[in-house]
Amino acid sequence: MALKMVKGSIDRMFDKNLQDLVRGIRNHKEDEAKYISQCIDEIKQELKQDNIAVKANAVCKLTYLQMLGYDISWAAFNIIEVMSASKFTFKRIGYLAASQCFHEGTDVIMLTTNQIRKDLSSPSQYDTGVALTGLSCFVTPDLARDLANDIMTLMSHTKPYIRKKAVLIMYKVFLKYPESLRPAFPRLKEKLEDPDPGVQSAAVNVICELARRNPKNYLSLAPLFFKLMTSSTNNWVLIKIIKLFGALTPLEPRLGKKLIEPLTNLIHSTSAMSLLYECVNTVIAVLISLSSGMPNHSASIQLCVQKLRILIEDSDQNLKYLGLLAMSKILRTHPKSVQAHKDLVLQCLDDKDESIRLRALDLLYGMVSKKNLVEIVKKLMSHVDKAEGTTYRDELLTKIIDICSQCNYQHITNFQWYISVLVELTRLEGTRHGHLIAAQMLDVAIRVKAIRKFAVSQMSALLDSAHLVASSTQRNGICEVLYAAAWICGEFSEHLQEPHQTLEAMLRPKVTTLPGHIQAVYVQNVVKLYASILQQKEQAAEPEAAQDVTQLMVDRLPQFVQSADLEVQERASCILQLVKHIQKLQAKDVPVAEEVSALFAGELNPVAPKAQKKVPVPEGLDLDAWINEPPSDSESEDEKPKAIFHEEEPRPAKPRQLEADEEELARRREARKQEQANNPFYIKSSPSPQKRYQDMPGVEHIPVVQIDLSVPLKVPGMPVSDQYVKLEEERRHRQRLEKDRKKKKKKDKEKKGKPRRHSSLHTESDEDIAPAQQVDIVTEEMPENALPSDEDDKDPNDPYRALDIDLDKPLADSEKLPVQKHRNTDTSKSPEKEDVPVVEKKVRKPKKKEKKHREKGREKREKGKEQKEGEDLDFWLSATPLPAAAPAPEEPGVNAVIAASKEEGEEPGREERGAEEDEEDERDPEKKSSKRKKKQHKKEKEERSKDKKKSKKKKPPSDEAAEPVENGALDEDPLPPMSSYCLLAENSYIKMTYDIQGSLQKDSQVTVSVVLENQSSSFLKSMELNVLDSLNTKLARPEGSSVHDGVPVPFQLPPGISNEAQFVFTIQSIVMAQKLKGTLSFIAKNDEGSTHEKLDFKLHFSCTSYLVTTPCYSDAFAKLLESGDLSMSSIKVDGISMSFQNLLAKICFHHHFSVVERVDSCASMYSRSIQGHHVCLLVKKGEKSVSVDGKCSDSTLLSNVLEEMRATLAKC
Amino acid sequence: IILSQSEDTQQQIIRETFHLVSKRDENVCNFLEGGLLIGGSDNKLIYRHYATLYFVFCVDSSESELGILDLIQVFVETLDKCFENVCELDLIFHVDKVHNILAEMVMGGMVLETNMNEIVTQIDAQNKLEKSEAGLAGAPARAVSAVKNMNLPEIPRNINIGDISIKVPNLPSFK
Repeated sequence: MALKMVKGSIDRMFDKNLQDLVRGIRNHKEDEAKYISQCIDEIKQELKQDNIAVKANAVCKLTYLQMLGYDISWAAFNIIEVMSASKFTFKRIGYLAASQCFHEGTDVIMLTTNQIRKDLSSPSQYDTGVALTGLSCFVTPDLARDLANDIMTLMSHTKPYIRKKAVLIMYKVFLKYPESLRPAFPRLKEKLEDPDPGVQSAAVNVICELARRNPKNYLSLAPLFFKLMTSSTNNWVLIKIIKLFGALTPLEPRLGKKLIEPLTNLIHSTSAMSLLYECVNTVIAVLISLSSGMPNHSASIQLCVQKLRILIEDSDQNLKYLGLLAMSKILRTHPKSVQAHKDLVLQCLDDKDESIRLRALDLLYGMVSKKNLVEIVKKLMSHVDKAEGTTYRDELLTKIIDICSQCNYQHITNFQWYISVLVELTRLEGTRHGHLIAAQMLDVAIRVKAIRKFAVSQMSALLDSAHLVASSTQRNGICEVLYAAAWICGEFSEHLQEPHQTLEAMLRPKVTTLPGHIQAVYVQNVVKLYASILQQKEQAAEPEAAQDVTQLMVDRLPQFVQSADLEVQERASCILQLVKHIQKLQAKDVPVAEEVSALFAGELNPVAPKAQKKVPVPEGLDLDAWINEPPSDSESEDEKPKAIFHEEEPRPAKPRQLEADEEELARRREARKQEQANNPFYIKSSPSPQKRYQDMPGVEHIPVVQIDLSVPLKVPGMPVSDQYVKLEEERRHRQRLEKDRKKKKKKDKEKKGKPRRHSSLHTESDEDIAPAQQVDIVTEEMPENALPSDEDDKDPNDPYRALDIDLDKPLADSEKLPVQKHRNTDTSKSPEKEDVPVVEKKVRKPKKKEKKHREKGREKREKGKEQKEGEDLDFWLSATPLPAAAPAPEEPGVNAVIAASKEEGEEPGREERGAEEDEEDERDPEKKSSKRKKKQHKKEKEERSKDKKKSKKKKPPSDEAAEPVENGALDEDPLPPMSSYCLLAENSYIKMTYDIQGSLQKDSQVTVSVVLENQSSSFLKSMELNVLDSLNTKLARPEGSSVHDGVPVPFQLPPGISNEAQFVFTIQSIVMAQKLKGTLSFIAKNDEGSTHEKLDFKLHFSCTSYLVTTPCYSDAFAKLLESGDLSMSSIKVDGISMSFQNLLAKICFHHHFSVVERVDSCASMYSRSIQGHHVCLLVKKGEKSVSVDGKCSDSTLLSNVLEEMRATLAKC
Repeated sequence: IILSQSEDTQQQIIRETFHLVSKRDENVCNFLEGGLLIGGSDNKLIYRHYATLYFVFCVDSSESELGILDLIQVFVETLDKCFENVCELDLIFHVDKVHNILAEMVMGGMVLETNMNEIVTQIDAQNKLEKSEAGLAGAPARAVSAVKNMNLPEIPRNINIGDISIKVPNLPSFK
């Protein structure tokens, strides 16, 4: 036997192995393809042999060839053969090949299912490992479904090597088979706390990957991750977690508040750049998620910016790049702090690395202000000149335009300068962005009325030099600019200095080489120009000149009539006819200018691109309904041809008719205007304030510089923007002088106080610069009641959407992972039957119903828990008082509180897991149990059913009746949104709402969270809260302060901002409700000065606020009731219309109870006070009334709680 | 290798990547923003350059840029340990081993292990397993292979590593 093997291997040794193949390929450089095809033939021969070693060698070589780009899918079946080899050596080769070349379309892949399953359960950990690795590369939906359960078992393997691979591959399984996520999630969560760091890191990896796509489902894991973050030392794990938090904070700003401190600590302490960078990144995300402008975070921002500056200044280009990247994120919310580093960014623009230059460009976008725009753009322009490579240059160009046009041209003070920049940009050759420049020119010319004169002069110059532009760069898109130039010159032709010259420029033969759509615009605008020249000439009584112009038109237009472009041709021939007609009229000395210009009467208003879409559909209008019944076929046949004939007839235009047409046109236009004025849905041309303003005769107020004198407008040539830079500087200088003078004279400035855009937002230095033109930028029009919402459609093909699964919902039976089943699963029926409680005599009850029933029960219980878990998150998030807010004397520090509340948060989670696993265990053996074990099972079952009986005793008799009601409950109306915050006090400055929370860890303390909302336009600061302590309840004040001192609120409130402060109160007895009088004092500062203000309030500590939602199982609940230590009391409230479901939810939410059990319209509930009183309720709903029976270890507390509940219920 | 893509696209990606990476200067940053080929703007190329070798990873935004640079370092150090002073020829002639090492670090596009000692331990154990399987039968084959290598002085010393080197490391795609 051994001899045979040796012989076999000696045969083999002369086969080519991988090394030989590689060597061979390298030696056959010149005829590589031929050599490889020869090798492939050899490989095919080898694959036909029976010897697995030969096959494996062949597959190994194939893998290499695949890497070189050869298709090896034909060998898929051989690969599977090698995968199923018993030796690890071959198996590994097989799996490697599979992972390289298998994909979803590989049809033999389904043959692997059983082989993989076998390998997964192999006793050798490396067999399992190699199978997992391979599977991770080629898992398909089918494989994922069939193997999910096996992999899930492996997650609890004894060897960490397997565990970590199994955990990691689950992500791939989830992607392919999203149904597996919910059943597998509890175990995945468990792995977050695996003792092995590798497994833990894998679990963090998977959850981070999941959470990145659908963060909201993973919010409840925040406490757990927080703990990991503060305890882990593995930088990989830390980075992942910190990145995850970055994704979570936008959903829950309170989380951000909690994170800031540990993150800043990490930033200070870590030496790993990667970790530091991620921390900074997440802090930025936190700061973005928190309401901007909160002054108490400026320190964090400063820290970030400072650290980033260090990164950017580093000689390591990688750090520089990342620093800039992160900086741009800060920029979005805190531009001020970044602007200080302008020097640095400009420096990076000169970097030789394109990636860095691009990032720096991004940053520049947010750094510009009125003051530095000109300077920055100048710098960019110089880069444009220098830039090699069109990509970077194009990028520069778009950035210049972006920077200048951002926020409605907010930063541009001198539009002459901007136009000249645009014109200068047209000199760029080979740019793709001609249309961008054109769009800007059009936009500015239309919206900034004051600039039109200047714009027209520049554009006519452009048109004049059009032969340059057109000939050299026609194919490069820069000729798009002529589109804008032609249109502007035509539309605003009244501003033209030399209209005749421009007209000639536009009629040059060269123009016909332009793209069609530009020619079309030329043709159209030639007429506008022509109209205005006619008008001019007629007014000046120069009929010959007018006729000359007409002649020019008649001479030149035919070149367009011959155009291959339909649009051009049509327009040109139409206009040619018109002009010829005019010529005839002119010959008869009929004045025509009036009528010709009437063709283009009326002002164009800029309309927002989305305006049409946003016009609301008027009520009662069905857009899909027929306006007229669709005509029958016969009708249309009869009438249509006639109509066509009728229309065609007058085409050979007779002079009279045409003029009539023009009159008709004017009349119609008038009628339409009238109609539009009466039509409420038509966008009228005066609703926006800016519009009204532009009509004001404001021009004489402005300190306009007589620029026109110094600009050689008449010289056709390119303007140089530098000129305008200088002019602008001079202007500003003069302005400053003037201002200084005025200041000296102490003149009343209000006379000059013309309305300025954004005046309140700018810094003083910005405001100093008054715009050179009256920049009445006309806002784009929108329909009046258009909604601003931009619903972005999500990509329906996004594979991650399938994983948007609520993980907190309890598992249903149907959600089990498919388990490989054998025939004998029928046996599982018998234990199932015995499970039926003996109380019910109907043994023949269908199994399905039974199952459903149990499911319901579990759902009920877990619903309670889940709800509570959600609240725990809330609690975890809000429990920590802001460090400065409540430095209670005896408090052991913030960290302790975090720890305590965290424990609180986890416990129920673990319990839930426990419960679930129990249930799983319960179910699994049922399925798999063989008859031998049956007896043992019976015993267990009996015990369990006894338990069940016990708990069932308390339920009202009819179980069956319960079911339909429960089903009905699912359809009930959704819960109305509830808030536990109620109004504390309010005046014109500030609104206070509050909520009180207790904690089971502190038996004599509650935390009062007060949300302060600034309702005024003043800045509120130095806020201080004080209450008159009672014997029983005292405000925890900072150490060393007397009972009369207030507690400062640790933040200030800019107008319109709200924030939450927390105060700790100590309490002795909690059986009675209590009210404390208090005052909030603050300083309100506005333009006129600052005033001291006060707001009195009464803080109501209800007994409910001392209760803490605590879960209770029905058996414990029963014991509690049976113990007899509790005193009893009850209330009844009539006139309740709310559904029972919502009623219970309300009690749970407002009074901190949890549902123990619910049957029909009857529920038992439980809660616990911070001092350990048990409160048990039985809530029953009658026809229109609700009765609540309560039992509690303290009768006073009970009666008070019930009274408060009565008040709540009365509102239902 | 990037999953579920035809060999052609794979080759195209590799060519493109090599083209992009190789023309970059020594002293520029090691990140390249994603083009359409590698899956859009969420993805980045992160590379490291060792002598004639480029190690290129393509990652999405869930990975930390600096972290991946560290990972490449770990990868290279691991190769160094496993091959005992790794050189480019090792990688060229033992692509399968490189794959196996990488598989211990990155699995299905996700980082599996970053601890070098752990990786080396696992690789060694697997190699041992392989040896024990080969046992008696494997010995002569190894001997022959050794002889083959010795008798081949024509193994080129300076090779145009460009297009080959890139093929080795551009394996993982963090998808």
